[in-house]
Amino acid sequence: MPDPYLQVSALTKSYGSVTALGGVSLDVEKGEFVTFLGPSGSGKTTTLMIIAGFETATSGTVKVGGRSLSNIPPHARNIGIVFQNYALFPHKTALQNIMFPLNMRGVPAAEAERRARAMLDLVGLSDYGGRWPKDMSGGQQQRIALARALVFEPSLLLLDEPLGALDKNMREQMQIEIKRIQKSLGVTTIFVTHDQSEAMTMSDRIAVFEQGRIDQIGTPQEVYRRPSTPFVARFVGDSNLLPGIVLDPEDGLVRTEHFGLLRLQDRLPSAIGAKVTLMLRPESIHVAEPDARGAADRPNRAEVNVHTIVPYGESTLLIGRSGGADLRIRLRAQEADGIGSGTSLDVLWPASAVHAIPAA
Amino acid sequence: MIPTALRGASKPWLLLLPLALFLCTFFLVPLGQVAMMSVTEPEPGFGNYAHLAGDALYLQVFLNTFLTAFGVAVGCLLLGYPLAYLMAQSSPRVAALLMLLVTMSFWTSFLVRTYAWMVLLGNNGPLTALLGFLGWDPPPHLLFTRFSSTLAMVHILIPYMVMSLYSVMKRIDPALLRAAESLGAKPWGVFRQVYLPLSAPGMVNGATLVFMICLGFYVTPVLLGSPQEQMVAGLIGTQIEEFLDFGQASAMAMVLLASTLIVLAVYHRRFGLDRLWG
Repeated sequence: MPDPYLQVSALTKSYGSVTALGGVSLDVEKGEFVTFLGPSGSGKTTTLMIIAGFETATSGTVKVGGRSLSNIPPHARNIGIVFQNYALFPHKTALQNIMFPLNMRGVPAAEAERRARAMLDLVGLSDYGGRWPKDMSGGQQQRIALARALVFEPSLLLLDEPLGALDKNMREQMQIEIKRIQKSLGVTTIFVTHDQSEAMTMSDRIAVFEQGRIDQIGTPQEVYRRPSTPFVARFVGDSNLLPGIVLDPEDGLVRTEHFGLLRLQDRLPSAIGAKVTLMLRPESIHVAEPDARGAADRPNRAEVNVHTIVPYGESTLLIGRSGGADLRIRLRAQEADGIGSGTSLDVLWPASAVHAIPAA
Repeated sequence: MIPTALRGASKPWLLLLPLALFLCTFFLVPLGQVAMMSVTEPEPGFGNYAHLAGDALYLQVFLNTFLTAFGVAVGCLLLGYPLAYLMAQSSPRVAALLMLLVTMSFWTSFLVRTYAWMVLLGNNGPLTALLGFLGWDPPPHLLFTRFSSTLAMVHILIPYMVMSLYSVMKRIDPALLRAAESLGAKPWGVFRQVYLPLSAPGMVNGATLVFMICLGFYVTPVLLGSPQEQMVAGLIGTQIEEFLDFGQASAMAMVLLASTLIVLAVYHRRFGLDRLWG
């Protein structure tokens, strides 16, 4: 099997007695788009900065194409970076900004300009070459920064929360735009964000960071449907986490503290009596048909007393209480019509929607 | 922000009144008198100015003044830039300490510092002795030269340069330097292509301040400088003290004032005066 293109092995980073990274490892294939997702301080940016060469790891290695980057200074790593605030040079025009990495590499001026103009075309700003960064909108600056990071055909593209400063519409537009450009060039990309929806829509794979470690790496679907830790379940999407005890591992039966019996589609890896956390996505819960009422002891069913209603437009989030715990339920807007605060709801969910997270 | 109580009075300019009165009484009125004297002493007309324009000695002094001021500005820039750079890269604590050291010379009397230079640079002073010891025979005359007055003025004016540079350098976004590095610029390239151009406003501000202050310097060039290479302020002093020629001295003062204003005007056109103090 060939070596992975980017190989991060057992990275640690300590600042005095504070551990910022506690052993981060991951492999990225050529052309892949991998997102580092996590809250601030989880180590995602530190990992990125070590790859870029602006931070030195306490231990561990980073290899690109089989070559260790340890002793290579940032300017010789050939890695394109888009910074959080774009970091465009204010004293250079858009075109001069894009030409900068080519000038630094001794590319002849005429060719540098030709390639920079081709990048301007690619990011859809053909007529903006002569503009100063301060005269451009956030989204335009973003595109110039992207063009500048890509024009020298880097071996790796790193994006450090590049969409944080943009408003919502612009952000969605740029998500699509970045993805399009990344695909058309086939550049291996690491994208750092704390926004789970960005991670979901853009990534081939997501690495979820928590407290200096990677909790889980997987496709957006895997991470969303089968989170490996309660943290991942909470951080990626909305979730109900129900603590329980395994009754019958073969049959996938768990008794939860507040919601009675839950049945899973798959058998459980844990033994009888083992503690387990079940995850149930709010959108997989439905209101039961009225004629099927009164079966509180059957699995995957609960009676809740709605106390909070949050309309989101296309859907509505209901928070209901049962047995001393809250259950979050997300219904399509029409389904939630007529449900008010204080309504008693009989809800159920399919066994396939329940996912067991082994207790840590 | 103007506090509400004062804004309520709707006369915020009242706050300017004490200083305005002071400047008026002790600066503008005497300045007006000087301007007046330059065209009335000893007789009405522009005779004093005509005389200046035709006086080779005066033109020479004027040229000396500009050259010296230019030299001082360059000296301040060369010595101040590395220090300001260091301060901008340091932690706030270290930067504050360095700033304290730089501005400490502000606390010492001007005259004391000038005399200290006389001791240091004098013919029996330690520097001359050192040069002699190193084999410079006979040791050079350091004192009463353009070199000594330039050196002392650089010492006195360097805090202005450092503060101008520091305030601009501090605002250079470190992400820009990282960006340049990630894009393939070696350390020198980062400095040359990004840091230097972005710190240029500080260089211009500092140099302009130092140059303008230097144009009117009196004590230092008179006490330390070469009598053959006088500066304008010194010459004005001589005119008054030795020749009691108030008309001629006033005209020189007005020309000096006008040249300073021209430097300011050029600066303002190019950069905007509001940015001069950072």
